This record gives sequence, structure tokens and C-alpha cells, in this order.
Amino acid sequence: MKRIYLDHAATTPMHPEVIETMSKLMGEIYGNPSSTHSFGREAKKLVDSTRRKIAAAIGAAPQEIVFTSGGTEGNNTAIFSAVRSMKDKGNHIITTQIEHHAVLNVCRQLEKQGFTVTYLPVDQNGFVSVEDVKNALKPETILVSIMYVNNEMGAIQPIQEIGEILADHQALFHVDGVQAFCKIPLNVEKLKVDFLSAASHKINGPKGVGFLYVKKGVPFFALQFGGDQERKRRAGTENTISIAGFGKAIEVYEKNLDLYTERNKNINQILREELEGIEHFINSPKEGAVPNILSVSFHDVCVQALLTNLDIVGLAVSSGSACSAGSHEPSHVLKAMFPDDEDRAQIVIRYSFGLGTTEEDARKAARKTIEIVKKL
Amino acid sequence: MIYLDNSATTKPDRSVLESYTKISTDFWANPSSMHQFGGEAGQLVERARSQAASILGVNTSEIIFTSGGTESNNIAIKGIAIQYANRGNHIITSKIEHPSVREPFEQLAENGFRVTYLPVDLDGRISVDDLKNAMTEETILVSVMHVNNEIGTIQPIEEIGAIINKYPKCFFHVDGIQGFGKVPLDLVKSKVDLYSLSAHKFYGLKGTGLLYVRDAIQVASLLAGGNQERRIRSGTVNVAGAVSVAKAMRVSMEKYNKYLSKMKEMHSFLYRELSEINGIVMNSPLAGCAPHIVNFSIPELNNEVFARTLEEKQIYVSTTSACSSKTRALSKVVSELGKGDKVAGSSVRLSLSFETTQEEIETALEVIRESIEKLSELKK
Repeated sequence: MKRIYLDHAATTPMHPEVIETMSKLMGEIYGNPSSTHSFGREAKKLVDSTRRKIAAAIGAAPQEIVFTSGGTEGNNTAIFSAVRSMKDKGNHIITTQIEHHAVLNVCRQLEKQGFTVTYLPVDQNGFVSVEDVKNALKPETILVSIMYVNNEMGAIQPIQEIGEILADHQALFHVDGVQAFCKIPLNVEKLKVDFLSAASHKINGPKGVGFLYVKKGVPFFALQFGGDQERKRRAGTENTISIAGFGKAIEVYEKNLDLYTERNKNINQILREELEGIEHFINSPKEGAVPNILSVSFHDVCVQALLTNLDIVGLAVSSGSACSAGSHEPSHVLKAMFPDDEDRAQIVIRYSFGLGTTEEDARKAARKTIEIVKKL
Repeated sequence: MIYLDNSATTKPDRSVLESYTKISTDFWANPSSMHQFGGEAGQLVERARSQAASILGVNTSEIIFTSGGTESNNIAIKGIAIQYANRGNHIITSKIEHPSVREPFEQLAENGFRVTYLPVDLDGRISVDDLKNAMTEETILVSVMHVNNEIGTIQPIEEIGAIINKYPKCFFHVDGIQGFGKVPLDLVKSKVDLYSLSAHKFYGLKGTGLLYVRDAIQVASLLAGGNQERRIRSGTVNVAGAVSVAKAMRVSMEKYNKYLSKMKEMHSFLYRELSEINGIVMNSPLAGCAPHIVNFSIPELNNEVFARTLEEKQIYVSTTSACSSKTRALSKVVSELGKGDKVAGSSVRLSLSFETTQEEIETALEVIRESIEKLSELKK
């Protein structure tokens, strides 16, 4: 069987146009963007062109975009910066139980440093309640960090409503936009966020590059020190070519967003229909989720055996996020959704799809899953 | 077109580009994923890790892939200081480090660490005796660059390592960013504990680099998340980037073996010819200088105007390190040589690659002579 990759939420293949753009530029534009000579200037132009593209895509100004090495760096930078700038105004942070580890582990670290963190629960559909946010807010809350789209089951969180609530509060608002950027409409002004992080390799761009939006006027403390790059917000020679590749990936996504969304909805539907051949739970919410992620739990199967068997027949899916590297820990996201049903978090399979996924792939994937679950 | 700014960045080698492109096309999975796609990507990263380790003469597990030299330096310095703060609060560095070392030290100083900045002599070299005198039982970190990025001075890393080795609580970090592939350094023999590299300085790609962290050493991570890279550096591993780092290291060593003597000859020639030009003060040392950097000052002239004059003739040089080009001021490094503000404010750096030819050097020299003459005329 031809191998099928249904793990696009972990990472995506690079789009051929992105590879083409990068290979072309790599040999031509290699100056250091900080150099004042023409080699440097043309490299800088490349960086700034992507910066403008990102700014336009999220309704920000180019000066509000800081390039990073990816989502983890963006999340870390935003949170550490926010608590540092606000540390005289309180020590309370609000986040959710279903964040990515690049947010959760930062919060745990901050707890050790004396900050108090409220980890908001989610309902059975995976949504944070706006009421809960309201109730958790205290005068000494300095930061609220909530992801826009959950990476394990795709629920879109009510960021705009939360932004409204926070508008009258001192707390800064960070949104992990890694799974949302380019996939759903995203306007930082409308959402009233102070920080938003994104990564290129989730949208068919290269790994090792991402951006952090920092709202104008919000105090900022860098994590990485050295040269004067990124207006002193992120030292280090700019990753010129990858930044250009990221720009290309955004361009491709923007051009094809409707098509991609339609395709993903269709694949999602096919998977759901085909899986009806076996008893299962759908963990992704029916409404209010991105169409490219479908999380499913099965009864009484060993997830390790299931994944191994799926892998042997050439089907690449994951149990949770790739980033809980190397182990099959029960999904913290599912645990949060079903605190009373331990099994459900143990036996979860995430199908995530995108560029190159065909209807045939989806059918085969579902059938193989059923076959193996039954066998096990 | 003559590009003499290879210390700012180098033109990536074709084979490095090819390997990056190939990996991006065929092996783009997340190496943390447990399926075959992830497994293959992971294997490639591990192979790159072992290649990098073997070139450096260290263990595979000691290589941490990063987003570049600045990140490597930041992790090494802040990671050690935070991790071992309970052992002591004294840290040592030199006065001529790159900003990506200097600034983390300044940040640590603001957070209660006592920092000793070692001075340098006229050649830009720290004194081993100064280091001996500065070491205390409270010292937990010494960070000294192998080769200075502005003037090319090689520091006595092995001697420094021998001194630090007498203090079991103290770690030794070397910023190897300008040295790798041009000046040999035996990390094990020199008792180096941490060593930073940036691939775009040796024919690799921007946004890629590594940090050597000796096995027994814990480093507090600056990024929390998925715990990749020995828990030292969270974040999806840049597979194609990591492979391209190892490739660039190999390419760089091949070029080194093939062209080092040629580069050394050109370097001596360039140095000699420049020092004979009226109005030029040499900043790079005559002995103990890396073979790819020559730095001089033109105290009576404006170095920015001079660089632009060269650029009109398609000769590309730099006036200070690229990382601080935007802030026009005295060169911090040249200032520390103690030759006065006029010299420190008018420095020019030429940096060669293994591809630079004798002919290019001769053309550049000619244009330099003409430009100095012309600008001196204008001044009168």
C-alpha cells in the first residue's frame, strides 16, 4: 500500500512552490540582512517582504511582527515577556488545561517561580467557557494565554469574546495561533490580542521559522540577546531564506484557502462516514472546529498496538501531539474534556490532513483503522 | 564583484543547498512523531548529529541543534548560570566578545551575578595570567571566543581550558562561530564544556547551528515545551536544517584541507600590502590571527564613506560586525585595543572565504589604495 500521511497537525510537507522559491533564492541572496552593503540590503528586502505579508494577513503593522525560530520560541517569548513586564502588577496567570506543551510547560515553570496559574477546564466539546475566564480573572491577573485552535482535536476557542472581556482588564492576552494561522480568519485587532505566535511548518512552509505578533505599545522583553536584529526583539542573523519560504507558504494558503477548507471538510466527512463501521467516539466538536483535524477514540484497544499496526500498513497518524516527544502519555487534552473517563484519553487517534490528502487516502485510512481495531 | 564580508555571512555551498532541498522534499516529517515518516526524519537528524560529533571529535549525544550562533551562545551562558547558580555567582568573559555573548553576561549581571570582563592586549588577546587571577571558588562559568569576529585574534583556548580545569565547579564555554573550519581546535584536549557554532559562517544556511554540551552537563533550557534535544532545546527539530549543518561542516573541512595554505598565503600578502599603505593602521595581529580576517583603520578618513566607495567598485567589506552595523559608533572590539577613538571609529574588516582568489585580493588592494588616495585628496 502507498503510505498515507495523516499527521499534518504535527508537521506538513513543504509545498513545491515553497521549495522552488527557497532553492532559487538560496543560491542568489545570501547577504547578512544587517550588512549595510547591497548584499545585505537585498537580503533585508526579502525579510521585510514576508513581514509585510504576515502583517497584512493578520491585520497588524509590519513593525509588530518579530520573526522567531518557530512556535515554541514564540510562545515562550510572549509569556516570559508578558510576566516580566507585568510582574509589579500581580502574579496571577490564566491559561487552559488543553494548551500545547510550549505554553503549559512555561506556565509550570512560572509556578515554580512563585506565579499562580489557573488552568481552565474545557467542556466535553473541548471549548473553554467565556464565563470561566470572567470568573477566574482577578485584579492581580497579569496574563491570559489561550490557544486559538487546539492541536489535538481542532476546537476553535472563543478568542474574540475573551478579548472583549480582557479589553477592560490590565491582563495581557497571548494567543497561541500555531494551528490557526492561515487556516481560519485571524485579525489581531478584532480579537484584541497583545501577542500571537505562529509557525511556518504547520502551513507547508519550512521548519525553524515562525513569528510573534507583539501589539504596538505593549512592553517587550527579549529572550535571546546579541545583535540588533528585529529591532532588538530577537537577536541572531535573520533566517532569510526560510523567512522567504514562509512568505511563499502564506501566499499559497491565501490563494487556496477556500479550496483547502472545502477539501478538508470533505475528507473530514468521508472519515466520519467510513468510521461508522465500528464503534467509536468522535472527540472533535461537530461545530466550531477546524476541518483538518479529526480526533477519534475507540473502545478497549491498546493505543500503542493500534498505532504500531497502523504504521506497519503505512498509515501515519498520531495519538496526541507529536511534541509530547517519544512517549504515549495519555492525552492531556482528552483528559481535560472527559475527566471522568480515563480510557477515552488513552485510546485516541488523531487524523490530520491537508496538502496532498486524497479522498481515496481518507477511505483507505478509515478502513485500515477499522480492520486493525477489529483484529485487536 | 568581490565579496570580502565572509565573516558576516558566507555564500552557501551548492551541495548544502542540494541536501537541504532534498531533505525538505523527501523527509519533511516531524522527528518526534512515532510513525515511519517521523522515524525516517529522526534517523536523518541522528545521522547528522553523529557526523557533526565526529567532525568535532565528541560524542553524538553531545550535539544540540539550534537556530544559530546567537541561540547557542544564549543557551550556553544563561543555561549554565541558571542551572548552577547555587554553586557560585561569579562568571568571567572577555571584553571583546560578540554581542550574543556580551549581552547575556550583562543580563546576568543585572540579575545578581558578578562578572569579570578580561581586558585584551594590543593584539586583542586576553592574558592567561589575568584569567588565573580572576578565578575564584565562586566562578561557575568562563566564556571566551576562539576567534574574534572583527579582528581575527585567536585566543589561547587550550591554556585557558587547562586553568579552568583546576576548578571543578567551573564550566568553559567557547564561542566557536568564527573559528570553526579555519582554525583547528581540539575540544576535548582544550577541556571545553560548551561550544557554539553557526552554519552560515561556513557555507551553511542561516537559521541553523549547534551547541556542543559535554555529556555530564545539565543546562537549564531557555525554551519550555516538547523537551526535544536532550531537554535543552524545545521546539520541532529543523530536520533539513540539521542535516545541512552537518553537510556544511563536512564541506567546510574539505575546503579547509584543500585551500588552507592558499588562504594563509593570501592573508599574509593582504596583511603586508595593507600595512604599507599610508594612512592605514592595522588592527588584526600579525601573529596568531585567523587566516580569513584582516582588520585595519583609516584614522583620518570616514570608514563608512570608504566602504561605500569600495562598494561603487563592487567590493564588499564591512565597517563593524554586521550584527551591530545599524548603530554607528566606535567598534567596541577595536576600542579595547587601546589605540584611541580615531582608530576605533574608523575600522574596516575584510574577510575571505576559501573561494577568494589572489586576483580578487589584488584588485581589492588596488581599489583600496585608490580610494584612500582619493578620499585623502578630498579632505585637503
